[in-house]
Amino acid sequence: MPQVTETHLPGVGVRHDFTTARGERVGVVFHRSGRRELLLYGREDPDACLTALHLSPDDTRTLAELLGATQVSEVLATVQQRLEGVALDWVNVPAGSPFAGSTIRRGQFRTQTGVSIVAVIRGDATVPAPGPDFELQPGDVTVAVGTPEGLSEFADLLGA
Amino acid sequence: MTFLFAAAGGDAALAFIELGAVAIGLAVLARLAGRWGITAIPFYLLAGLAVGEGGFAPLDVSSDFISLAGDIGVLLLLLTLGLEYTSDELRQGLRTGVAPGLLDAAANFTPGFLAGVVLGWEVEGALLLGGVCWVSSSGVIAKVLSDLDRLGNRETPAILNLLVMEDLAMAAYLPVMAALLAGTGVADAALTVGISLAAVAVILTLALRWGQGLSSLLARGSDEALLLSLFGITLLVGGLAEQLQVSAAIGAFLVGLALSGPVQARAGALIEPLRDLFAATFFLFFSFQIRPGSLVAVAVPALLLAAVTGGTKLATGWFAARRMGVALHGRLRAGTVLIARGEFSIVLASLGAAAADGEELRALAAGYVLLTATTATLLTKHAERLAPAR
Repeated sequence: MPQVTETHLPGVGVRHDFTTARGERVGVVFHRSGRRELLLYGREDPDACLTALHLSPDDTRTLAELLGATQVSEVLATVQQRLEGVALDWVNVPAGSPFAGSTIRRGQFRTQTGVSIVAVIRGDATVPAPGPDFELQPGDVTVAVGTPEGLSEFADLLGA
Repeated sequence: MTFLFAAAGGDAALAFIELGAVAIGLAVLARLAGRWGITAIPFYLLAGLAVGEGGFAPLDVSSDFISLAGDIGVLLLLLTLGLEYTSDELRQGLRTGVAPGLLDAAANFTPGFLAGVVLGWEVEGALLLGGVCWVSSSGVIAKVLSDLDRLGNRETPAILNLLVMEDLAMAAYLPVMAALLAGTGVADAALTVGISLAAVAVILTLALRWGQGLSSLLARGSDEALLLSLFGITLLVGGLAEQLQVSAAIGAFLVGLALSGPVQARAGALIEPLRDLFAATFFLFFSFQIRPGSLVAVAVPALLLAAVTGGTKLATGWFAARRMGVALHGRLRAGTVLIARGEFSIVLASLGAAAADGEELRALAAGYVLLTATTATLLTKHAERLAPAR
C-alpha cells in the first residue's frame, strides 16, 4: 500500500494524495459538500495538477465500481439462471471450507439440502457430473442445481 | 389589498421599476463577469458609479432603503465568512500560520497606512486604508482557485491558511477601528478599545465553547426555520454589538464562527443566495455615493498603491508557499492570486464613511479594489509565464 498524505484545506475540505507504483502522483479533494475532485499531478511542476475531474457523489460511486470495488464481482457472482422453482448456481469451495478435501458422498449435500452438484470447475478444467467419490479441493467452484433455499443452505454448508 | 397598494401611490411603483431595472442590470453584469471568469464586485462598483450622484443615469429611489439593504449585506457577508471555517480550522491556523500571517500584516498594512499619512489624512483614515490594503478577498480567491482547478495544488493550503489568519486578525482589527472611530479623546478611545476587545474575547470564547449547543438547537428545525433564525440571530447580535460600539459586522462574523457541524454547511447553502442579493446592494450603494469626479482625483494614488501592495502581496504569497516547499511556479501562483482585494476592503472603507477623510477613502478603496481584483485574476491565470523559461 502506498503512503497516503492528508492535507486540510480550510473552508474547502480535505485532500488526500499518494504516488503510484509508476511514480505518478494522484490525489482526491473531498469537498465538504460531498463533491470530490480526482487530481493528477504533472511531472514537470509537481505542485500543480494537470487534470481535475469533478465528481458528484453518484459519479464517485460509479467510478469506484469501475475501478474494481466490491460491487462488480458481487453482481457477477449472483447471476443465476432460474427455471421454475429450480435454480442453477456457482458455489465456491473456499480454503477454510469444512468440506475442502472431503468427498461429495461425505458431504451428504443432496440428503441435507436437496441440491445436486452437476459439475465442478477446477482451474481451467471442468469436471462434468462428478461421482460421489469425487474429492472437493479448496478453490473449486461447484455448479449446483436445487431450490433457491436449498442452494443458499448448500452455500452455507460449504462456507462460501 | 389592491387599494392598500394603490394608497402607497406612484412612489412605490416608481421605486419598483427603478430597483427592478437596476437588479436586471446587475444580473447582466454578474453573467458577464462569470463568462470572463472574474468576480462581479468591480462591475457592481462601476454600476453604482453609473447610477449614483453625478453618474449618467442617477436613481432617485430613497437612499435610506438601499443603505439599509447594504448594511444587511455587510452583516451577511461577514456571517458567511465566519461560516466558512470550522473552529478546528481556526485553531489549526493559529498553530501553524502565525509567521506568514505576521509578514502579511506587516508587508501589506504598512504601505496603506503610510499612503494615508502621505495624503495628509487623520490617523483613523490612514489606519483604515492600511486595512483595505491588508486583507485579500477570500471570495475572489475561492472563486479563482476553483475556476482554475487549483484546489488540489500544493500551494493552495498556504493560500487558504493565510486567508484564515487574515479573518482571525479582522476579529481584533475591526472592533479596534470601530472604537477608534467612535471615541473622541485618546483616553476615551483606549477605554472603548479595551471594552470592545474584551467583548470580542468573551463572545469568541462562548462561541468556540458553546457554539455546539447553538448548532444542534438550530439543526433540528426545517430549512425555513433555520434561515429565519439565522437571519434573526445575525441581525440581533450585530445590533447589540453595534450598541457596544464593537461594530455590527464583527457580531455577525462571530455568529458564523459559532456554528459548527452539519448545520454549518446547511446554513452556508441557505444564506448564500440571500447574501448575494444584499451584498450586491451593498457594493452598489458603496459606489453610489462616490462622485465620479473624486474617483478620477484618486486615480494616481490608487494605481501607485495597487502597484506597491501588489508587489508586497506577491512577496507574502511567495514566502508562504516557499515555507511549504513549493517550487517557483507554485510560489508565483500563490503570490498573484493573493493580490485580489475585494469585499472586506470595501467593508472597511465603508466603516470610515463618517471619518474626516471618509469621502476620499471611499473613492480610493473603490479604485483600488477595481484594480486589484481584476489584475489579480488576469495575472494568476498566466502566473507561470512570469517565470523565466528554463
